[in-house]
Amino acid sequence: MATTTITKPSRASMKSVKRQRLIRWLIVFVVLWLIALLFVLPFYWMAISSLKRDIDVFRLPIRWWPDPISTYGFERVWTGPHPITKFMGNSLLVAGSRVVGEVLTASLAAYAFARMEFKGRNVIFVLYLATMIIPHQMLLVPRFILYQAIGIHDTLWALILPGMFTVFGTFLLRQFFMGIPLDLTDAAKIDGASELQCYWQIVMPLAKPAIASLMILAFVWSWNDYETPLVMLTTESNFTIPIGLTRYMDEGGGISPSLAMAGAVSSIVPVMVVFLLLQRQFIQALTRSGLKG
Amino acid sequence: MIDGQQQTHPDWVRVGSSAKSRKRFSWTPYLFIAPNLLGFAAFTLLPLVFALVVSFADWDVISGMKGITWVGLDNFQRGLSDPAFWKAMRITAIYVLGSIPLTVILGLLLAVGLNGPSPGRGVLRLIFFIPYIVNAVAISATWILLYHPRYGPINAILRWVGVDKPPLWLASSDWALPALIIMAIWGGVGYNAIIFLAALQSLPEDLYEAADLDGAGVIEKFRSITVPLLSPTTFFLLITGFIGSSQSWGMINLMTRGGPGTSTTVASYFIYQNAFQYYRFGYAAALSWIMFAIVLVLMLLLWVYQRRAVFYDS
Repeated sequence: MATTTITKPSRASMKSVKRQRLIRWLIVFVVLWLIALLFVLPFYWMAISSLKRDIDVFRLPIRWWPDPISTYGFERVWTGPHPITKFMGNSLLVAGSRVVGEVLTASLAAYAFARMEFKGRNVIFVLYLATMIIPHQMLLVPRFILYQAIGIHDTLWALILPGMFTVFGTFLLRQFFMGIPLDLTDAAKIDGASELQCYWQIVMPLAKPAIASLMILAFVWSWNDYETPLVMLTTESNFTIPIGLTRYMDEGGGISPSLAMAGAVSSIVPVMVVFLLLQRQFIQALTRSGLKG
Repeated sequence: MIDGQQQTHPDWVRVGSSAKSRKRFSWTPYLFIAPNLLGFAAFTLLPLVFALVVSFADWDVISGMKGITWVGLDNFQRGLSDPAFWKAMRITAIYVLGSIPLTVILGLLLAVGLNGPSPGRGVLRLIFFIPYIVNAVAISATWILLYHPRYGPINAILRWVGVDKPPLWLASSDWALPALIIMAIWGGVGYNAIIFLAALQSLPEDLYEAADLDGAGVIEKFRSITVPLLSPTTFFLLITGFIGSSQSWGMINLMTRGGPGTSTTVASYFIYQNAFQYYRFGYAAALSWIMFAIVLVLMLLLWVYQRRAVFYDS
C-alpha cells in the first residue's frame, strides 16, 4: 500500500484535542442521562402512585414519595374481585400455546420453502409475502364474523388459533434456514435420513438462535396485545392481562389511581424479568426481524 | 441484506427447470407446509375475502345472515364523501407525521450517543427500551395521571419552571393530539435506537479512520458517513413506523376515546367505532379498504423515492 506520511500533531494541539474530547464526552453523558430521566419519570410515577393512598395521588403540592405507604392497590389487584392471577393465567396460556404452535407450523413450512423444491412453491410464497403488507386491522372485522360463525368468539381460541399460523414466523425462519448449508442435510440423506429427520435433527438444532428470537417476539407481542382481545372477548374469566387491567381502571368509576397503577406495575414485572434475563437474545431478535424482515 | 445465505443454493426464483425437480413427484413438501398453509388460509385468506364481500353489504352481524342487504358500491361512495372520515384521515396524517420522523431522528441521535464509551451504557439502553415491552394499558393509565392538568407531575414541572397556564392536555381539543404524539415518541424512540445501534455497530471502521486522517470533525463524519450508510435502516424504520402508527387505535381508545369532540379520532379508530360500536360492519370494511389503498399508494411513492435516495451497499 501507499506509504503513510502523516505529520505528527504537536504536543499542544494533542492536549487541546484531548480536552475537546473530554468535554464532548461529558456533554453526551449528561444529555443522555437527562433524557433517561425523562424516560424513567412515567415508570417512577407509576411505581409511587401504586403505593400511595388515592387522596395522596390527587393532592397539591404533588408528592414525589409515597407517604404513608399504602398497599391497598396491590391487595385489591391480587386478592380483590378481579384477581390478576386469573388474567395472568390466561395470558400465559395464550402466549404459551401461540409460541409452541407458531414455532412448529412456521418451522415446518419454512423448511419446505427454504430447502425443498416443489410445484407451486413460488406462488404460495409470494402469496404469503403479499399478505404481510395488509394491515392487521383489516382482519378484525372479518375475523370477528368468522369466529362468531365457527363458535370460538369469546374464547381463548380466538386469540390462540390465528397466532399459531403466522406469515411473519415462516418468513423469519425461512431466511435463517436458507443460510444453513444444503450439504449438511444432503449428506444425511445419503445415509438414509428422511426429510423429517433432517428437519428435526439437523436444521432445527442449528436454528436455535432464530427460533429463540421468534419465541421471544411472539411471547411479548401476545402478552401485550390489547386490540384483539378487546374485540374478541367479552367474558371476564377469559380476559388476558391488558384487557383485565382495564377492569382496575373502570372500578369505582375510574377514580382509584392507586389500584390502576398497582395493576400496571403487576402486569409489567413478568415482562421485565423475561427481558432482563434474555436481554441479549431479545435485542438480537428485534434486529433480526428488523433488518431481514 | 440476507447475509450468510450460501451461494451454492439457488434462490427460490429458480425452480422447475433444474435437474432435481425432474425427480419423482413427492407429497413430502406439501405435508411440511400444510399445517401453516391451512391455518393461513383459514385465518388470513378467508377473512380477507370476507372483508371484500362484506364491504359491498349493509350488515350489523347481530341479525344474522338474513340481516344482510347488498348495496353494491354504496359503502365506498359514502366513505369517499364522508367528511368525518376525511377529518379522521387528516388527524391520522398529523399524528403520524408528528410522531414518526421525530422518533426516528431522536432514535438515531440516541444510538450515536449510546455507541460511544459512556459509562452505564447498558442501563441507559435498558431505560430507553422499557416502553417498548410494556403493554398499552399500563402505559396509558400512567400517562393519564401524568397529564392530569391539576395533579399531574408534567404540569407541576411546567408550573415550577414558570409556565402560568400549562395546557389541559387530554381535556383540551387543542392539546390532546400533541399529548398523544409526545407519548408515541416516548414509546418508540428506544426501539428505533436499538435498531440503529445494531446497524451502527456493523458499519466499517476504515471509513471513519480515513475520515480521521482527513481531519474530519464529528459532525462532518456523522453527516457524510453515518447518515448515508444508515439510510436503509432509516428507511425501514420510517416505513414500518408510518404503517404501524397509522393502524394503531388501541392507545386512542384507552386515552381519549377519540375526543375531546373528535379531535383525536384517527382513521383507524373511526373504523373501529363504525364496526364495533355502531355495528356498521360493511361500512367499516369499505373504509379500511379505502385507507389501505391510500397508505399503499403513499408507501409505493416513498419506495420509488428511496430507490434514488437510499444508499445500498452492493
